[in-house]
Amino acid sequence: MEPHIQVKDLNAFYGKQHVLKNINIEIPRNKITVIMGPSGCGKSTLLKTFNRFFELTEYTRLTGNVLIDGQDIYNRDVDVTEVRKVVGLLAQRPAVLPMSIFDNVAYGMNIHNMKKDRNKTREAVQHYLEIAGLWEEVHTRLHDPATGLSIGQQQRLCLARGLAVEPEIILGDEPTSALDPISSQNIEKRLIELKKDYTIVIVTHTLRQAKRLADHVIYMYLGEVAETNSAPEIFTNPKHERTKQYLDGIF
Amino acid sequence: MMQQKPSDPLSQGSGQTQAFLQTRNRRDRTARKAFFGITLIPVLLIIVITCLLVIRAWPILSSQPLANLMLGEVWKPTNEQFGFLPFILGTVWVTLVGVILAVPACLLVAIYLAEYARRSTRTIAKPVLDLLAAIPSVVYGVWGLLVIVPFVDDILGPFFHRWLGFVPVFSVTQPTGFGIFAGGIVLAVMIAPLIIAVTFEVLSTVPDELRQASLSLGATRWQTISRVVLPRVLPGIIAAVVLGASRALGETMAVLMVVGNVPSIPTSIFDTAYPLAALIANNFGEMMSIPLYDAALLSAALLLLVIIMIFNILSTFVLQRILGKARI
Repeated sequence: MEPHIQVKDLNAFYGKQHVLKNINIEIPRNKITVIMGPSGCGKSTLLKTFNRFFELTEYTRLTGNVLIDGQDIYNRDVDVTEVRKVVGLLAQRPAVLPMSIFDNVAYGMNIHNMKKDRNKTREAVQHYLEIAGLWEEVHTRLHDPATGLSIGQQQRLCLARGLAVEPEIILGDEPTSALDPISSQNIEKRLIELKKDYTIVIVTHTLRQAKRLADHVIYMYLGEVAETNSAPEIFTNPKHERTKQYLDGIF
Repeated sequence: MMQQKPSDPLSQGSGQTQAFLQTRNRRDRTARKAFFGITLIPVLLIIVITCLLVIRAWPILSSQPLANLMLGEVWKPTNEQFGFLPFILGTVWVTLVGVILAVPACLLVAIYLAEYARRSTRTIAKPVLDLLAAIPSVVYGVWGLLVIVPFVDDILGPFFHRWLGFVPVFSVTQPTGFGIFAGGIVLAVMIAPLIIAVTFEVLSTVPDELRQASLSLGATRWQTISRVVLPRVLPGIIAAVVLGASRALGETMAVLMVVGNVPSIPTSIFDTAYPLAALIANNFGEMMSIPLYDAALLSAALLLLVIIMIFNILSTFVLQRILGKARI
């Protein structure tokens, strides 16, 4: 199958600092790809280049291409808001918008003018809250402020909110690192359910989470991709010395 | 030859150390009390000033009902007629025009600086804006006289009269250029740095994660600002405006130089006006032979003080809640 995301000769700079070096990778469709590596290896930066969040930081520079379905998202004709609609992001800490639970989920649909009437919006809100496994817990208080939810619930709300704009790709930047174990498990369960419909790319620094989730692994070291392979292959038979050391916990 | 020390240093010096410690602690306590005392001075000052104003204004406040003073339309000190309404309305009109002119532009500038501008732009623009606040009031007054008054007289007045003259508020009856509009323009420029600075601060309290949450869903910058950022900081922006208004209410010199200073009730923004602050500044110390005149001027001052205090307390309270105690 054709890869969903292709990265070609990607180099990224913060000022003079060269943070991503000659990245060439392919991310398969409808799989969970996990990006691993020690802190500061550029894994979050790589993720940020997929939804063009990298350019939000000032004094950054990027060369090379990121192709989604064969289309270069850094092409000048491409509208950045369209890219971000297709590529959703689940952030490290859930950032619920200062509005009700309902409006949080409806927010993306409203800004893209996706639903014709209030009823359609209501159906969609319920649908995505169900997918995120939150509907049962919140359906009686949809119009309460979202900040009243627990942090685990907030992260699932963020998931529902992201899914509501109908993306094809979900990025997760250590999406469970701020959560308690039960909530983390809950999110992981959702992600595994979701991969049949979405391409998922997760950055994580927990090896065990990587082992639970990954179909495909990218191992990064000092701004370079050290090794990339299918999960069983990389966990049982790492080729690269650095990967071996990381898996053995030598870092 | 080795000589043994008489005793160990701690016990030997202990008498001295004890005394030293005591002095040190006493100094610390004294300093603390002195600083506290000095800190009390401004608080006491406000109380003293208010009391003084009440005492000095008392002769007129007790001589007739408050409503007579506040709603009286005639100001003829020689006849002992002291109606404050023209001055109160003068203050309100000039302030209102100033705030209305200033707020939209200030919000846009603050939003631009906080949300769109690059860091390099900000480092240049912010100090320049702060510099505007440092220009002395009288300089603004002169600028108003030399530039704004003729501009209102020659261009704005005729323009408004021609196109909007059928609305009483915009009609020109005494074309001199002096008046509420000129005062409002000068005030708008004077309060702009304050409103911009406070709004900018308030906007910077919004965590970046919120903006990113919105952007990551494919929202544009403006959608993010208008739907996520602004609703969250609305109380703070209102407080910024109120703070600007309270500055405008009390602004004396620059306004006095361009509003015309005629004690009549304005009906158009091109009419002359006579704000409370200008009344006090122009007349205090003169014509003190007229009984109650002094009391009347001081009750004007009291009135102004009370209005500004209420404005300030309200806005500070709201801002404190938003910016947090450390930021104000």
